Amino acid sequence: MRKSEPGSVSRHTRVGERLIGALLFGSEALSILATVGIVVVLLTESLGFFAEVSPVEFLAGTRWSPDLVPRSFGILPLVNGTLLVAAGAALIALPTGLATAIYLSEFASLRTKRTVKPALEILAGIPTVVYGYFAVTLVTPVLRTLFPGVGVFNAASAAIVVGIMILPMVSSLSEDALSAVPDSLREAAYGVGATRFEVATRIVVPAGLPGIAASFILAISRAIAETIVVTLAAGATPGMTLDLLQSVQTMTAYIVQVSLGDAPSGSIEYRTLFAVGLLLFLITLALNLLSQRMTTRFRESFR
Amino acid sequence: MSPGAPRGGRFDPRLEARRRAGVRFMWLCRLAVAFGVASLVVLLVSLAADGLPALSFEFLTSYPSRFPERAGVRSAILGSAWMLALVAVMSFPLGVGAALYLEEYAPTNRFTTLLKTNIANLASVPSIVYGILGLAVFVRFLALERSLLAGAATLSLLVLPIVNIAAREAIRAVPDSLREAAYALGATRWQAIRHHVLPAAMPGILSGTILGLSRAGGETAPLLIIGALTFIAFDPLSPMDPFTALPIQIFNWTTDPRGEFHALAAGAIVVLLGVLLMMNAAAILIRNRFER
Repeated sequence: MRKSEPGSVSRHTRVGERLIGALLFGSEALSILATVGIVVVLLTESLGFFAEVSPVEFLAGTRWSPDLVPRSFGILPLVNGTLLVAAGAALIALPTGLATAIYLSEFASLRTKRTVKPALEILAGIPTVVYGYFAVTLVTPVLRTLFPGVGVFNAASAAIVVGIMILPMVSSLSEDALSAVPDSLREAAYGVGATRFEVATRIVVPAGLPGIAASFILAISRAIAETIVVTLAAGATPGMTLDLLQSVQTMTAYIVQVSLGDAPSGSIEYRTLFAVGLLLFLITLALNLLSQRMTTRFRESFR
Repeated sequence: MSPGAPRGGRFDPRLEARRRAGVRFMWLCRLAVAFGVASLVVLLVSLAADGLPALSFEFLTSYPSRFPERAGVRSAILGSAWMLALVAVMSFPLGVGAALYLEEYAPTNRFTTLLKTNIANLASVPSIVYGILGLAVFVRFLALERSLLAGAATLSLLVLPIVNIAAREAIRAVPDSLREAAYALGATRWQAIRHHVLPAAMPGILSGTILGLSRAGGETAPLLIIGALTFIAFDPLSPMDPFTALPIQIFNWTTDPRGEFHALAAGAIVVLLGVLLMMNAAAILIRNRFER
């Protein structure tokens, strides 16, 4: 081979170079294809669905009964179930996560940080099906002894466990936001006589608020998208209830229910899966974009 | 109230009272920290109590069964192993290739920014949506049925953005002086990448890939959606075979109303967490070993 000699890069090498560039672009193109695939699959099957069911009935109807005659495709009961579980989870995870973040960023010693942070990271790495097992075998039985009359499936158990699941996300992203607040702000506050508590709650938290909000939104989006815990613990009873002790069905749990049955391609039942999936995708996409925008704005505010 | 603006006119001159308020607040925060840590401890202790007694040689080498005392995770372990191998084969070259394109080849323009935003968004798409995509494209359209290949392709799409983002970070961390030295000696772009950038970035790429794989190993929802919840009492022998996997088996046993199967689910969870823990430990070891 002469190609190592200066000035003798052979034509062969140049063709190879271009080929490699093309191959690498090809693998990048796959991620464009994935996005296009998601949008096309969700839209085409949903269009088939909306040819039979009016979008108004779908979005405003309060009865979800896709297989019982008379059929009815109002998605609000599923949205209600999703939001009920997500709200319950948020009620647990947001204050606890923020308080954890404040403690880790403003109060904790290095040693405490070194034990608490890995513990939270482990919590974040546990697969959802394990949380689902936890809900069914531990949280639900405890709830049933505390509140007689609670069913085997209930929204509260799912909400509690989803809350624990998204807690590490809130605490780690909020802590990032608090740590990004420049020390000069803290020092200025100490300089005019503020206590540590006042510095944390009146200076650092307000300054980190956009970042904290971004972490909250991302965690809620994660709770809305959560599938396994809600399928295992909350059950499959679509309804407009706000009672956490009752069984509800979330959008994700419905998608699982359809795919566990053997709905043939092209049937209306198969298509509901995509219509519900499309709505879920749009909700989480909107929340994620909002969270991203807040993070960028937050980063820019300290430049 | 605008961010950063202190609330005026609420100054309390009693320093002792203000300190006490601070102490109360700190204990509230400590309570929150304790809640998170206690959840982890309760989870791990209850799993160990329920799951460890279920572990035995028979449990690891038996097929699932209607009888809890005879049921095991053999086909689930084999299915998960196949799955991880196939996902690794698919997502590693594609994820790293795309990362090389974005960091080394792509011009800095709006289109490239769009590509990067697209990947960031793909990383936050709910896993159940990947399941829907896999069901429509791999299972039905490409007629792969409920095979290992269909499952692995679905999970690869889910893992790709994770591998890609980790690989890009590792490639970005390689100093430009390395590339320039290679170019100065007459290397082509690919020669500089192949012999200098890739080896330097490999530890970061590998640890990111393993973390992505451990995510794939624990995913349940996409596999449920493509229809993998089936009774498999044989060894999967080719990528076209139907399969079960550890998360699926855990889900299945957890939904069983008979309590005996919950102990089996706990045993399978211990196996799954053991595998994931080893993968994460490997990722950390690789990172530390090559980090200076």
